[in-house]
Amino acid sequence: MEPPSASLDPLASAAGGDGSPILSINGISKHFGSLIANQDISLSLHTGEIVALLGENGAGKTTLMNILFGHYRADSGSIEAFGKPLDQHSPEEALERGIGMVHQHFTLADNLSVLDNIMLGTESLWKPFSRRHGARKRLKQIMDDAGLSVDIDSPIRNLSVGERQRVEILKALYRDVRILILDEPTAVLTPQEVDDLFILLRSMASRGLAIIIISHKLHEVLSISDRVVVLRGGRVVGNARTAEVDRNQLAEMIVGRAVERPSVVARPAGEQLLALKAITVRDRTTRRATLNRIDLQIRAHEIVGVAGVSGNGQAALASVLSGLCTPDEGEFILQGEVMKRPTPRMLTGKGLARIPEDRHSQGVISEMSLWENLLLDELGQQPVWRMGLVLDRNMARHQACQLIEEYDVRCHNEEQPVGLLSGGNMQKLILARNLARSPDVILANQPTRGLDEGAISTVHSLLIDARNRGAGILLITEDLDELLRLSDRVVVMHDGHMSESLPGAGLTARELGLRMSGAFDNSPT
Amino acid sequence: MRLELRESVPWWLSLSAPLMAIVLSLLLASMLIVWTGESILDAFRMMAIGAFGSTFGLTETLSRAIPLTFTGLAAAIAFRARFYNIGAEGQLYCGALAATLVGTGLLELNAIWMIPLLFIVGALAGGCALLLPWYLKTRLSVDEVVTTLLLNFVILLLVSYALEGPLRDPMSMGWPQAAPIIDSGILPALVPRTRLHAGIYFALAAAVILWLVLRFSVFGFSVKALGLNDNAARHAGIPAARTLFWVAMLSGAMAGAAGVSEVAGLKGYLTLDLSPGFGYTGIAVAMLANLHPLGVVVSATFLAGISVGADSMGRSLGVPSYIADIMVASAVLSVLIGLMLSRYRIRR
Amino acid sequence: MDILEILLGASFWAATLRIACPLIFATLGELICERAGVLNLGIEGIMTAGAMSGWLWVYNGGDLVSAVLFAATVGAMLGLLHASFTVSLGLSQHVTGIGITLLASSLSYFIIKMLLPESTSPPKVIPFQNIDIPVLSSLPFLGEALFSHTPLTYTALVMVPLAMYVLYRTPWGLAVRIAGENPVALEAQGIDVIRVRTLAVMLGSALMAVGGASLTISAFDAFYFGMINGRGWICVALVIFASWRPGKALLGALLFAGLDAFQVRMQQQAGAYIPYQFFLMLPYVLSIVAMVIVARRAEYPKALLKPYRRGERL
Repeated sequence: MEPPSASLDPLASAAGGDGSPILSINGISKHFGSLIANQDISLSLHTGEIVALLGENGAGKTTLMNILFGHYRADSGSIEAFGKPLDQHSPEEALERGIGMVHQHFTLADNLSVLDNIMLGTESLWKPFSRRHGARKRLKQIMDDAGLSVDIDSPIRNLSVGERQRVEILKALYRDVRILILDEPTAVLTPQEVDDLFILLRSMASRGLAIIIISHKLHEVLSISDRVVVLRGGRVVGNARTAEVDRNQLAEMIVGRAVERPSVVARPAGEQLLALKAITVRDRTTRRATLNRIDLQIRAHEIVGVAGVSGNGQAALASVLSGLCTPDEGEFILQGEVMKRPTPRMLTGKGLARIPEDRHSQGVISEMSLWENLLLDELGQQPVWRMGLVLDRNMARHQACQLIEEYDVRCHNEEQPVGLLSGGNMQKLILARNLARSPDVILANQPTRGLDEGAISTVHSLLIDARNRGAGILLITEDLDELLRLSDRVVVMHDGHMSESLPGAGLTARELGLRMSGAFDNSPT
Repeated sequence: MRLELRESVPWWLSLSAPLMAIVLSLLLASMLIVWTGESILDAFRMMAIGAFGSTFGLTETLSRAIPLTFTGLAAAIAFRARFYNIGAEGQLYCGALAATLVGTGLLELNAIWMIPLLFIVGALAGGCALLLPWYLKTRLSVDEVVTTLLLNFVILLLVSYALEGPLRDPMSMGWPQAAPIIDSGILPALVPRTRLHAGIYFALAAAVILWLVLRFSVFGFSVKALGLNDNAARHAGIPAARTLFWVAMLSGAMAGAAGVSEVAGLKGYLTLDLSPGFGYTGIAVAMLANLHPLGVVVSATFLAGISVGADSMGRSLGVPSYIADIMVASAVLSVLIGLMLSRYRIRR
Repeated sequence: MDILEILLGASFWAATLRIACPLIFATLGELICERAGVLNLGIEGIMTAGAMSGWLWVYNGGDLVSAVLFAATVGAMLGLLHASFTVSLGLSQHVTGIGITLLASSLSYFIIKMLLPESTSPPKVIPFQNIDIPVLSSLPFLGEALFSHTPLTYTALVMVPLAMYVLYRTPWGLAVRIAGENPVALEAQGIDVIRVRTLAVMLGSALMAVGGASLTISAFDAFYFGMINGRGWICVALVIFASWRPGKALLGALLFAGLDAFQVRMQQQAGAYIPYQFFLMLPYVLSIVAMVIVARRAEYPKALLKPYRRGERL
């Protein structure tokens, strides 16, 4: 299918009112090695318009915006803002020209105050003093105008995720941007917070701000944008006014083919495999409880979903369950046995498998080969040992080849470093390593973060298969869609507390959203 | 600039890093030689002859390569696990001190028992010197670089105290030196009328054993994993603290063995100037060898040759022998760049 | 009662300030580097180079003030070398630092040996003289203890509030602190991380070099081999002890200098019972103890030791 060129698109000029776009991206291409991230992309934007850049993970949305903002340099193509080309390829230039960006991973310094974070870069670095008083006044004014409020002097680490996002938006507004790019702004918010954000964006747009919002969530895009541009495989495959677009058509455009995410068929749960009883974990420096008397059980044949805005204790829960952290109080029972001072290897031996949150930093060792990575948590087990001590490298390689084939990990050979795999293949490798042992309990922490649809459905079916075989799975995820589709039961975490479990069937995202902001009755005893 | 992992590193590319380092350090040295007013060719010829040109030079180089191999191995294993042990100098003196305590008459055994015994106690003492940094790193997350560095000074002062106090040889006429190692503990000379001693066998054996352990054992695999990404290694269940304990013990043991071979092989008794910074040069040795135990032997010989050669050049030409240290230092820095280029591809 | 006698003597307090001077400079230097996210283990060598170059400048007939500036320039150049390895190329900060220490100190010794091949005892220069601050220096006790020092010592004391002002009250200081916490935030606000970090390392290294120079042209009057003697490493420990805050760094430096001044005096009194080596050990041992005390609660700059490469994994 030929991508329609934005400049020829009649809708584009109709949307902006006065006709001429304030931003036009012309024929941008960008390659990373053999990967084509962007191929001849064109796009335009008008004053007061909200354009959604839609596409699944890996479609090239973020790359395009990083080129626009000057983080990357395009291989070819040009960008024009307010009638003049952007040719320095630096964030500095983009900001100067009135383009601001709210990155998906917030770019804030946790230990510094909101004011510090906002003032960064707004004054010449060589000025011998900083006008903090004036800045404070101006920031108050901006907050009043936009209807935003944040505690200016609080350090970032004390703010909630939603507040941090507001700080990011304020950073842009403080610099008088006229074009604001938001990269997956809803990924970490509860449905209610998303509503608030959208109201804010609408009002900012009505006052003349042009907004590009990057998302892979169709329903959100339809509710906020004036126009959608769909990317797939680095190309523009659709460009239309939101009001006139057909939802199903759009959905197919995003993926290019009909991919159906598998879902679970209800079945009764089996015997209890893992239980946490009144587990408390305190932060080492502040002594604040990151997990507060948590009770949880996981039984055979069930997937228990953990919902919650990130930073509410999920990380501590995951590290207790993987044996990296011994709880300060409470009992951790695995297969009927109380684990006093568990270590990751001990838990592996008792049939627990874990898919860590961050593939790159916790899941694999990028510089090591595929077969070595496949071996990592099997080191405590029999088959790769010879004479008790020596690693049987041939055996390990042989096993690796089998796993690579079985789990369809796309690679050149088992000797190549893992760092060169795509995100989806890396995750398949981690799953292969964990599922090959047919574990009884699986801790899946953000198992599909950043993956494309194909990989997501592979991961989901692997998890569902494991559950159907009799494993109990704890699924920690920010993707409410995934959570609701896969979970037999759902628990919600907020501020270190955990709600009673709710049956997954019939649960809606909105109900969960309310609980995620702390509205569940769980008075600590 | 983006760095991209290479799919595989061909052998010539992995050799290019140390070669580049050598070329760069020779270049820097030539600039300094030009400054001194001597001829570059003459100077390097004098160095080469001094280091490898005669039986005396060659045996001097080899006998200096012995402690450098040991301390190079100490750095290599520790750095592989990203346990930055900069305290090999102190551990060397611990090994020497232990050998002195046991070897100056406490026990009298046959050479067959005595020499291995000295190495064992020396290695143990060296390993023990790393216990505190290991404990502080794994339990209290205190950076090991600073603790090992500071312990060097503490240990050296302790040795100084021992040499002026309890361990001073009554026959030394007031010099701060310990009693000589008894005859059965002395490493025999290999070439008559030179200082080359049997410590070289121990050094070679240590390198081979360490290579086998790191390459083939589960422990070696864990060390590699831990060094490349300790976070992922921990998540996969590799016991970090325990693995690091053995890394620390092995690393300290190697440095301790260096002290033993110097005391029982080269000097015969413990003094405060036993090591002219072997512990620090060991880091350069290991880096130049890309942390490979067998490579350590080669790079130790090379760096030993540079320092022996520079000494002899310093005696005959007006080039201060500190030029050897400068070459060592610039080799460390340039090998870092070389390693990056050989492991990664640079993309814009 | 001996201890009390030492603590009450004005000369003890004067000595404390004198000994603290190089430590204050170098600790502030290391602190600025680490605040920007770069551990500078070149400190020991940079101090040596500073001590050598400052002294050499004066020995060759330069005046004292320009000698300090010369030492600072030498330090900044070594800092630039460090930064081009660790910041521009993102190479191991540990190994680079050790390499720079080896390089800078052996180069310093080489240069001294080249220029003064024959000398057995190092030649002396006329160092900074004590300046008595009018009126204040005639105060009893306080006068001798606080107001009769060399200009470099006063400068060191002034550097502390200056460093605080720069770090906490100027746009560049803000950029430095954020470079050590989350460099991506800098990039996202259009500031070149590499440039901020490089400059911080250069400035910090210049301060280290001035600390070294203060030994040869203020505290003493000659350059000795091995004269830095681990002071640099102690400063690295002091930065941790100070939790990366200039005010606490001053406190730490004074504490250690006081201890050093105290041990010298105790040595004279108790030397008969306790071997002097144990007194000399104290600063090193206490550096370790100080690190142990604060390490558990230490709020490291989050991006310390983490190289930043533009456009990577954004």
